[in-house]
Parts: sequence; structure tokens; C-alpha cells
Amino acid sequence: MSDPPHRRRAHASSSDLERYAGLFAERTRVMRSSAMRDLMAITARPEVISLAGGLPDTSTFPPQTFAAQMTRIAQESAAEALQYGPTEGFRETVDCIVEVMGAEGMLPDPDDVIVTTGGQQAIDLICKALVDPGDAVICEAPTYPGAIPVFCSYQAETIQIECDAEGMRIAELEDTLERLELEGRRPKFIYSVPTFQNPAGVTMSLERRRRLVELARQRELLVVEDNPYGLLRFGGEALPPLYQLDGGDYVLYIGTFSKILSPGIRLGWAVAPPPVMEKVVLGKQASDLCTSTLTQYFVREYFAEGRWREYIASLGDIYRSRRDAMVEALGRYFPPQASWTEPEGGLFIWATLPPYIDTSDLLARALREDVAFVPGQAAYVDGRGRNSMRLNFSAGDENEIREGIRRIGKAIEAQVELYGALTGGAEGPHMPAGAAEDMGGIDSQSNPSPSISDSPETDSTVVPFRKAGGA
Amino acid sequence: MLKGGRSLERGVSLRSGARVEDALERLGHEVLPLEADGEMVKHLSAGQPDVAFVAMHGAGGEDGTAQELLEILGIPFTGPGVAACGRCMDKVQAKHEFRAAGVQTPDWFAFNETAFRELGAADALGGLEERLGFPLVVKPSRGGSALGIKFAENWFDVPEALVSAFSYDNRVLLERFVDGRELAVSVLGGEPLPVVEAIPQSGDLYDFEARYEIGRTSFVCPAELSSGETAALTEAALGAYAALGCSGFSRVDLILAADGPQVLEVNAIPGLTDTSLLPQAAEAAGMTFEQLVEKILDLALAPAGA
Repeated sequence: MSDPPHRRRAHASSSDLERYAGLFAERTRVMRSSAMRDLMAITARPEVISLAGGLPDTSTFPPQTFAAQMTRIAQESAAEALQYGPTEGFRETVDCIVEVMGAEGMLPDPDDVIVTTGGQQAIDLICKALVDPGDAVICEAPTYPGAIPVFCSYQAETIQIECDAEGMRIAELEDTLERLELEGRRPKFIYSVPTFQNPAGVTMSLERRRRLVELARQRELLVVEDNPYGLLRFGGEALPPLYQLDGGDYVLYIGTFSKILSPGIRLGWAVAPPPVMEKVVLGKQASDLCTSTLTQYFVREYFAEGRWREYIASLGDIYRSRRDAMVEALGRYFPPQASWTEPEGGLFIWATLPPYIDTSDLLARALREDVAFVPGQAAYVDGRGRNSMRLNFSAGDENEIREGIRRIGKAIEAQVELYGALTGGAEGPHMPAGAAEDMGGIDSQSNPSPSISDSPETDSTVVPFRKAGGA
Repeated sequence: MLKGGRSLERGVSLRSGARVEDALERLGHEVLPLEADGEMVKHLSAGQPDVAFVAMHGAGGEDGTAQELLEILGIPFTGPGVAACGRCMDKVQAKHEFRAAGVQTPDWFAFNETAFRELGAADALGGLEERLGFPLVVKPSRGGSALGIKFAENWFDVPEALVSAFSYDNRVLLERFVDGRELAVSVLGGEPLPVVEAIPQSGDLYDFEARYEIGRTSFVCPAELSSGETAALTEAALGAYAALGCSGFSRVDLILAADGPQVLEVNAIPGLTDTSLLPQAAEAAGMTFEQLVEKILDLALAPAGA
């Protein structure tokens, strides 16, 4: 029960805190932690089914393969594998990266590639090279929740562009760029996860990809394409990455081995034209000198075996079946007012509930049912997304997924029933005479919005999500 | 040293617990750290501690549940007793006690979930505007750290706010919003400590994140108050503490409105983290954290009624 003996520093008194507070950098004022940290502290209980994480399933990686490869490294290159490596990464690792990118039709110049400590570091290094305090950075709404703390720590002004079933709405992006131009500003870059987006699960259409790349060219703007999931496609036709469409002039690219091999090896990469790369390399030197040599050796061994494509295909089969289980369970257990995305790959489904349900509070009720998810607010900088949630289908098996969705459905049902009792159900809110005239937009039987965060459908370029019970 | 548990405030409890544990060790006590889980009673029986330091917040630890077990096992414990914990934890019950004792607290209505589901309580909401006015505050009756607390600016915010609050508890209260300074008076062994003022740096609500992140809220201790204001706040706090039958230590949260202090709630087991208010108040009174912890232990071991 008790911890091993250890020395712990004396606690901080409030005058100490004052003293530290005076030392903190300006940027710490805007640094954010994950909003739901404390609620998540109790999701670690074994009885909780967590659909909250973004974990790939590493359990099917053959332990014998892992053992054999690490043994070979130990026997043949122990001294080198235990040594520092070049900041840019080993050429052999870059060769593996070029092979992976080639599988999606991209042909980067190996000199444009830097090996990073996970894709997360690539986001950080790109911001470090490009973003000054107050600079505008554009991303999707919702966006990858892990990118927000990075933008915040570089004191960027994060502007989010609405997503629909075909990804970022480029028309809205153009409007935003116009507005910024009138203010005499240019965003430092446009960050996008165009394929099987985290958290929304949507994929940017080919037409929008072309327009985005064109726009970047015309306006000489940088696009950062973050593509962790592109190879995890288990349905539909593959679309060309932005990097391929652009040829690597205005599109910076971020990739990772996390979802196709292992997040534990912390290996990702960035691809950028030489002037940007030069600054990224300097930034990485300052951050950590080089990415783990040992895990780069592991990747080299693994790729030499030549079975990496088979492994990814096997993951695709597993995830397809889990996605199917989740979609089926959503149809069965979520109320008719809910809508959700049906991704053809990746790890996540994004579900949107009636507007009166705040998913941060719903999480408290769901945790009583021993199930967890990520409240949608985590994917926005401005408090939007309150009635949405991110659901992961890669970490648990089909039975866990079905049971997890059933439990969340039960918690939602309780909220929906209660709201109905409070407002008189479909007849409209239960309000004293006179009050109903000011009803505004609140509607207890609200239609699911075509957008991810409930903005009105006024734009012919908006592509609605599938609705529950619909085709 | 009891910490953790299954409540939504588990993370806060672990941080409070870690700090107290360190202090107890530095004071030379032998510490048996226990997670509040299925094994707790077994470990308590086996360990035979002289006293239990309860650093649990929220359901299970602050509501009298753990205290009841400690009484059965005959182990003295820190903080208020079973009944007082229960009264503090339930804001509605606490407010009834305040009213009965003549302690000022904002007007309120309380509802159970079943009242809405089965008894058509929604029809009774019509009396709200007249009785409480807008904006009003909607909160779960049991729960801490501002979880599930919403402001309703008008009628249309009420149903949604109720749905949120009912996520945390099956009883909620709708409370008149009182504008004023946010203050906390910690009471240690029946004696008030210097008043702390909480000044949120962002947003309009002293919310869950602001409470536990260094730098999100600034605290002033002792708060800048006239002697008359301090006396009124202290009197209200001691009145609330006595009304709920607290002993050992507790923290009383108040709003200082134009017409005097209004008590919002009493925290039976206030936080003891780096950003918590009780340790700050103790420090302003010239006590180190170790002295505070020792005093809390002494109070737990003192003869009943002390």
C-alpha cells in the first residue's frame, strides 16, 4: 500500500506561490491544460469503459517480432543504438518515411524531412519557427484537441473554421482570409487534419482540397497538413493528400508512426521546404537534440522485414469492425435528435446531441454509468462544441464499444426525458404566459444541424452529416 | 491518511492528500496513506491508526460516509462529524439550517428530479421570476468545486441549466443571484481565520478550473475590508458553522453584498491543495502548513465538545 521510501520537497506556501507567479513567463497565462483533467482522473477506474482516449490497439503487434527486432539491434548495433543521433534523424529512418508517404502517393525530397519525437513535436516545432505572440493561426472547428495547447503556448490567436461532412468549409475560410486582410493581417498558417479528422472523423473532399491548395498558392499562405490516419482507411476511395496536390511548396506535412505502428516509440516527422526546415532543425536542436535513436533503429528493422503494409491492413480490418459496431450501437441507443459522422477510416466518431445538452455535464452522469468520452468543448478555443462529443472506436473491442454506447445512450435518455418534462416536450418550452413570445431559437425537438457546431444552413456549399435514422 | 475516492473531486483530493501526507511525515508522524476504495476498511482495521486524517472531497468522503465507518471502527478523525458533514454536503439542507439559525443566505427553491419527471414541477417554475428574479444560479444540491453550476439569465436558460445540474445530483436548487465580492472565512476549532477574497481573472464565474490552477484566480488574504465588514463576515461565518454543527475545521463561502454578507455554503472538508483557501488563511494568521495540520490533528483528538 505504502510508497517506496523517497524524499519529497517541502510543500509550497502561498508566499512561495506568489514568488513563482512573479517568475512565470507571460505565455503561461494563456497555456491551457486539458479542460476535463479532473473528471478524467476517475476514468482510470477499471470498471469504466473509456471511449475517451485516442489509443490505437497495440495488442495485435506480434511480441515475437518485437523481441526478435530488439534482439537483433542489441546484437548488431548496441553501441550505435544507445548513442545520440543527428537532429534531422537517421537517413534510414527518412527512407522508411519516404516509403510510407509513397504509399499515399507522395514523393518528398528526403532532405525536406525531419524525424520528430511524435507528430506532436512537429506541431510544436512548426509553431516555434513561425508563430509570434498575437499571430493568427487558422484551424478547423472542431480541431485536434492536442493542437490547441500548442497554439496557446505560442500565444497565437486561434481562428476556427467550421467543418461539415466534407471537411473545412473553404468558403468560410476565404471570408475569414478577406476579413484578416482588411485588418492588415495574414495568418501564419492554416492547420488541417484533412483525412479522418480528429475529432470529427470527416475527410475533406477532393474539390475542397484543390481549392485549399489553390488558395494557399494564390495568397502565398502556408498550410500545415497533419495526416496521422491517412493509411488507416477501411472504406471508400483514397484521396490525394494536400501535400501531393501542392507538391510541397506551400503545404508543410506532418506524419507519424503512432497510429500505423506504435505511439510508444514516439516517432513522427515533418516535411517542409528548405528555408522553413532550417528553422525547424534549429528549434529541434534546442528542444531535444535528436529523436530517440533506439526507436529509430526499431523502425528501420521493422521496415526491413517488409510486412508493414500487411500490419496496417490488419489494423484496418479490426477498426472497420469496431466502427461498424459503434455506428450500429449509436443507431440503437442514441436518441433520434442525435447525429454523428460515419468515418471511412481513422479512430473517431463525432456525435452531436440536442443543443440543450452540455456534454461536459453529461460526462458526470455518464461516469456514474461507468463510461467516458471526450466532451466536444475540448476541440474548440471559444466554448463551442458544448453539445458534441468525441467517441473513440480503436481502443476497445466490439462488446465494450456496444456496452459503452448503451451506457452513454442511457445517460442521454435521462437528460432528454428531463428536458422534455421541463419544457412540455415537443409542444415547446413550458413557460409562463408571455415568456414564450421571446422564445428565440430554442427548440426542444431541434433538428440536427448540418454543421458540427450548429450554425445555420445558409450556404449551398454546406454538406450535411448523416442524420440518425436517415440514409 | 484517507484520500482519493470515486467522487468527481478525486483529483483535488489526491492533491490535498499528498500535501498533508508530506506535512505529517515532516511532523514525525507515522503515516499510513489509504486510497478510499474497497480495501479501505480492511486496511484501517489492520493498521489501527490513532487518528484518521480525512482529505476526501465530494461524495463518499465529505458527506459523512467515510466518517460513519470511522465511527464504527472507533477511530478518531479530523474535521466535522457524520451529521455535520451530511448537512454541509447538501446545500439545500444547509440553507434550511441557516434560515432557522437566522444566518443570511440567498433565497432559493429546491427540486428533485422526480418532481419534474412525475409531479409536473415545471408548472411551478412560473413563481421563480417573482420570487427570485433573474439572473439566477442553478446548482446541484450535493457537489463541490463549482461543478454543474450555471447562471440563467432568463427563462430560456432555465431548462438547460437544470438538465446540467441534474447531471451531478438528483436534487438541485435555484438560487437568487447575489452580486458582490466572493469571500471565504475558514474556521479552525471554532475560531475564525483571516478572510480570503477570491478574484477570478477571467470569465464571470469562479469555476472549477480557476479554483485549482495556479494563476487563474488571484487571492487576497487578508481581504481588504473595513473592520465592520470583517466583523459582519466573521459573525455570519461562525453562525453558519454553528448552525450546521461543524467541529474541527471548515470553510464558509460568502458573498459580501451591498446589504451585508450572505452565506452560500459551508465546505466540511475544504481543499488543502497549493491553491486552496484554508492554507492561505492559516498562513495569514501566522501558521505554517505543518502547524495547521498539527492543529487539525489536535482538534480531532481533543475530548468531544472541545
